[in-house]
Amino acid sequence: MTPLMEELLIAVVKVLVIFSVLLTLFSLMTYAERRLLAFMQFRLGPNRTGPYGILQPVADGIKLFFKEEVVPEGANRWIFVAAPGVALVTAFLAIAVVPYGGPVTVFGREVSLQIADPDVGVLFIFAVSSLGVYGIVMAGWAANNKYALIGGLRSAAQMFSYELSLGLSWVGVILLAGSFRLPDIVEAQAGGFWRWNWIQQIVAFLVYTVAATAEVNRTPFDLPEAETELVAGFHTEYSSMRFALLQMAEYVNMITVAALGTNLFLGGWLAPFTSLQSLGGIDLGLLWFAAKMLSVLFFFIWLRGTLPRFRYDQLMQFGWKVLVPVAVLNILVTAAVVVLLAGSEPEAEPVAPTEVGLRSPVLLAGPAGALG
Amino acid sequence: MEALTHHALLLSLALFAVGVAGVFLRRNVITVLMCVELMLNAVNLAFVAFSRSLGTLDGQVLVFFVLTVAAAEAAVGLAIVIALHRNRDTLDVDAFSLLKG
Amino acid sequence: MIDAVLFYAFAALALGSALVVVGQRNPLYSAFALIVTLVSLSAIFALLGSPFIAVLQLVVYAGAIMVLFLFVLMLLNVKPEGDPPAGKGVLRTAAFLLVAVLVAEVGTVLWRATARVPPVFDASPRRVAHLLFSPQYVYVFEATSILILAALVGAVALARKET
Repeated sequence: MTPLMEELLIAVVKVLVIFSVLLTLFSLMTYAERRLLAFMQFRLGPNRTGPYGILQPVADGIKLFFKEEVVPEGANRWIFVAAPGVALVTAFLAIAVVPYGGPVTVFGREVSLQIADPDVGVLFIFAVSSLGVYGIVMAGWAANNKYALIGGLRSAAQMFSYELSLGLSWVGVILLAGSFRLPDIVEAQAGGFWRWNWIQQIVAFLVYTVAATAEVNRTPFDLPEAETELVAGFHTEYSSMRFALLQMAEYVNMITVAALGTNLFLGGWLAPFTSLQSLGGIDLGLLWFAAKMLSVLFFFIWLRGTLPRFRYDQLMQFGWKVLVPVAVLNILVTAAVVVLLAGSEPEAEPVAPTEVGLRSPVLLAGPAGALG
Repeated sequence: MEALTHHALLLSLALFAVGVAGVFLRRNVITVLMCVELMLNAVNLAFVAFSRSLGTLDGQVLVFFVLTVAAAEAAVGLAIVIALHRNRDTLDVDAFSLLKG
Repeated sequence: MIDAVLFYAFAALALGSALVVVGQRNPLYSAFALIVTLVSLSAIFALLGSPFIAVLQLVVYAGAIMVLFLFVLMLLNVKPEGDPPAGKGVLRTAAFLLVAVLVAEVGTVLWRATARVPPVFDASPRRVAHLLFSPQYVYVFEATSILILAALVGAVALARKET
């Protein structure tokens, strides 16, 4: 088969694998969140459906599947139906460029554990998360319900305010690695856990943690969907499968942010000590990545069980007046250090020009991510 | 010109023409602003197409600047629209004719 | 070959949604159609070998400017346009005529453009940045940041409630 068909086939296989892993992780996360929150609140959580309640997500799925789909009267039908789709597509597109491990040899071919690897790596994720705002705005507005509208607009404003500091926190990391590509950024952190970016860029790491929590609308920044404040915020009028899709979009966003944080700040698939990277010839990169990502997700759940939520004006003030200046300061200091340390060597003219046009992985990412 | 660039330029012309028609025909101020954005995007497309055809990166840099200026213009334009709405409670272009003849 | 298919698909999408922007009476639908146009244009930029500009288009235009438009439209609760008042027929025909003249003029020039194969083209962020921060453009770059500051202050001053 032609090289193009081979590439497409590999991309399709990757998409299917990652899609199924994501769905499983999504259902496990809903279960884990309820159980862990319950333990933190000194109660038990779901423990009836199946051993230790492990079949709870299955029960939830069946219930949501059979519930009646209601479209409110006066709601804009097209946009009401399209909004969860938009939210989900942008969530999956972002996951498409996150790497899970170093290159792996399968059937004699070198395959990277990443659906697409564009030159502009991290910027692509930034672009797609900017588009994620639309799913929420559309959902909030289309429902013809003032709570939903206010929730949607608040959530959108919160998302794009914290997106700015989110992006700025990445710039320090990009400066240190010298490249936008995620595998490059991970490789630049090689050499043991003290070389990971959470220490070298500690300010950026803290800014990222806060901004990422706000970006995915998690407590303590979950006012737009808080049950006690706005009925249910922008997804008030959604029921059954559409609600499930919106929830899935939120959890996939959370997983993306966790995976991205792992790659940018916690060393991706690198082991804390270089000797632990492979055991008996088998590369443990994927395991390390999974361990780190799951601990970040646990941290999100832990935050939810611990902190009260911010009031909306406190949230906006904090995002604009504290996080953005801190992130910009971090960039200034990092840039100054990088320039001073690099001395005054003239920058070499960059290397081989790439081939124009389609084979650009950005385009394979698009359909691949949208199918995912 | 090679086909891709040529057709990109034709698309740019088509989008620009649609934008011009929109500015003439629409009566809501915000829609007129959106048609102006459409024209700016058509120009961006032309810049990128020529940048590719000529092999220089000046087109890309110019698109970068057009993007920035368009953002600034959209912000100020929408602020003006909000102020207009506050004053006249309508967004019809025909309502803002105080300076007329 | 798949290059061409994707380009025509996105071009059709861009042109179609541009027509919706102009033809649709409800400004909110026009805004959504404009978002579709911007996203397809971004894809076309990527096809033309400019990944950096493609991503910037998504971040700035589709991700920020259009959100601004949507916010203003939703907060001002804009209603769909009614029928145009009598006497606007002249303006419509004049508009179509002028647009036809524009298309004819530019179209004849473009149609007869001669074939030219582009040299190998590398528009990666590193090279664009090299040019952007070179003495040729760095002053313009700094000036745009001041422009944005001016726009920021101006927008806040104009839109603020008189208290």
